[in-house]
Amino acid sequence: MAGVQDAGHLPERKASQMSLPAAKSDVHVATKGDVVVAGQFKTRSASATVVPLAATPRRRIDFAAIATMIGQNVLPPIVVLAILLGVWQAAFSGPGSSLPPPSEVWAQSRDLIVNPFFEYGTQDIGLGWRVLVSLERVAYGFGLAAVLGVLIGALIGQSIWAMRGLDPIFQVLRTVPPLAWLPLSLAAFLDSRPSAIFVIFITSIWPVIINTAVGIRNIPQDYRNVARVLRLNQIEFFFKIMIPAAAPYIFSGLRIGAGLSWLAIVAAEMLTGGVGIGFFIWDAWNSSRLTDIIVALVYIGLVGFMLDKLVSFVGRIVTRGAAVN
Amino acid sequence: MSAYLKLDHIGKTFTRGAQSTEVLRDIRLTIDKGEFVSIIGHSGCGKSTLLNLVAGLTQVSTGAVLLENKQVDEPGPDRAVVFQNHSLLPWLTVYENVNLAVSKVFGSRKTRAERHDWILENLNLVQMAHAADKRPAEISGGMKQRVGIARALAMEPKILLLDEPFGALDALTRAHLQDQMMEIHTRLGNTVIMITHDVDEAVLLSDRIVMMTNGPGATIGEVLDVPLQRPRARIALASDRTYLKSREAVLKFLYERHRFVEAAE
Ligand SMILES: Nc1ncnc2c1ncn2[C@@H]1O[C@H](COP(=O)(O)OP(=O)(O)OP(=O)(O)O)[C@@H](O)[C@H]1O
Ligand SMILES: [Mg+2]
Repeated sequence: MAGVQDAGHLPERKASQMSLPAAKSDVHVATKGDVVVAGQFKTRSASATVVPLAATPRRRIDFAAIATMIGQNVLPPIVVLAILLGVWQAAFSGPGSSLPPPSEVWAQSRDLIVNPFFEYGTQDIGLGWRVLVSLERVAYGFGLAAVLGVLIGALIGQSIWAMRGLDPIFQVLRTVPPLAWLPLSLAAFLDSRPSAIFVIFITSIWPVIINTAVGIRNIPQDYRNVARVLRLNQIEFFFKIMIPAAAPYIFSGLRIGAGLSWLAIVAAEMLTGGVGIGFFIWDAWNSSRLTDIIVALVYIGLVGFMLDKLVSFVGRIVTRGAAVN
Repeated sequence: MSAYLKLDHIGKTFTRGAQSTEVLRDIRLTIDKGEFVSIIGHSGCGKSTLLNLVAGLTQVSTGAVLLENKQVDEPGPDRAVVFQNHSLLPWLTVYENVNLAVSKVFGSRKTRAERHDWILENLNLVQMAHAADKRPAEISGGMKQRVGIARALAMEPKILLLDEPFGALDALTRAHLQDQMMEIHTRLGNTVIMITHDVDEAVLLSDRIVMMTNGPGATIGEVLDVPLQRPRARIALASDRTYLKSREAVLKFLYERHRFVEAAE
């Protein structure tokens, strides 16, 4: 985040100079949760070395590639997970330990683990349903933040004065923790549902704005000249030049934003209630169902991970070719 | 008689804050329709600046650029530019890059099928139709430059502006593209202004060579006519008297009378 801030603070430098800190920071932020992607690339190159060897039937190649893939990507985390579970089991199975060991989690919360989509009553539903409810809120809040963030970012990136005027304000606002917005939005909306969506929106919009603005400022003068020679109008320029040229930046902003909105929704739901996964944790705490909480944490982590992968996957497809020239 | 393109006492001064640099001073030149004119001069003298003024990408400080007696004050597809570094859009395929220009310029005048044919015709002109579905990152530097030329030609410009189009290429590729350029010029009769650093390229391709003095405050030092018959053949010309004399004249201008001096900046 520090890097993104840097980039935003240098609005007057030439775009080419500015791109360095911004790009670096984005890569940095992106790589944090991205070790697995790097691993996949490795696998791909590894499988590529397998192909030329194989004038033999195709099945054998796939087999070898899959085996390599499993060996490099699936096996290590499983082994580590098994070790961690073992340690946990050993540490907390004694009498009087404050937290339940894995065996007890399995014993008491098996329903939640094996069947994400059961429906026993209005408040007794599988965690899959709860996650979907939370994701729906994220979709509204983050969707709005993505659209508005790109538009505002494009506007700011176009104008040096807008950048000078608005950037410091955004830099301050983006450090406000998600939950700090909640009382204000409850007061404004008088209802918990739009309040939670608003919290997601306001949390995730800043990285989208800032990254988009930096991306727009970094559009090479050449592309602008092409647009001028062709006399593209504002709308054509926006869709045909600006968005594709800034897409790598936009998507790294979106990815950070998506992560933040998942953080925000769980926290917000704990306070606003409803059927979401965040409220489930709060509810479980109030009725001392510690094992349920642990299962919910795993759900949240997995869904957050998939959300991040989804955004970066879409980004990779959309920005295909745009990154390097 | 009024010229096709007229550069009328052009001056250009860049101002940044309190600092101002006079890059071009009192440029006077007229170019006829169908002429191929090269601009040659040492690095930093203001060739690109001059081209950008004709393109309308930069505004003149004094004087005026007149195309068919109309003042040029903004860029437009009637003055297509092939930029120094091809500037294809990397997220579009070769075909789509040309299509961007064609659909903008001919969107209302040609049907979809006509535009498709027109794009392929121009890609064929530079022998790039085979790579229509490739992205710029997947083709070589020479190929990119050819696509850039196809994109410019596809706009059917009144004037084609080339900023060191072959500068970044190896000698063989460059020779090949020069031949293609001559062929295209013969076939279509475009009016062309080309910036170059290469004396042979200037003599081989041009009807006239505009030689610029060194900056700051660069101006046109001399204009050389190249009275060589077209079509021109590279190998035959290597020992041609007129060719050698033209070549010598440019070399003398560049290396005797206006030797490159590091400008005191
Ligand atoms: N936007 C600008 N602001 C200030 N000075 C500029 C600007 N553009 C060009 N110059 C100056 O004008 C002079 C001429 O630049 P120009 O790019 O036209 O040279 P050139 O002849 O094309 O050089 P080269 O052959 O290396 O491409 C240079 O000294 C450059 O510093
Ligand atoms: Mg130049």
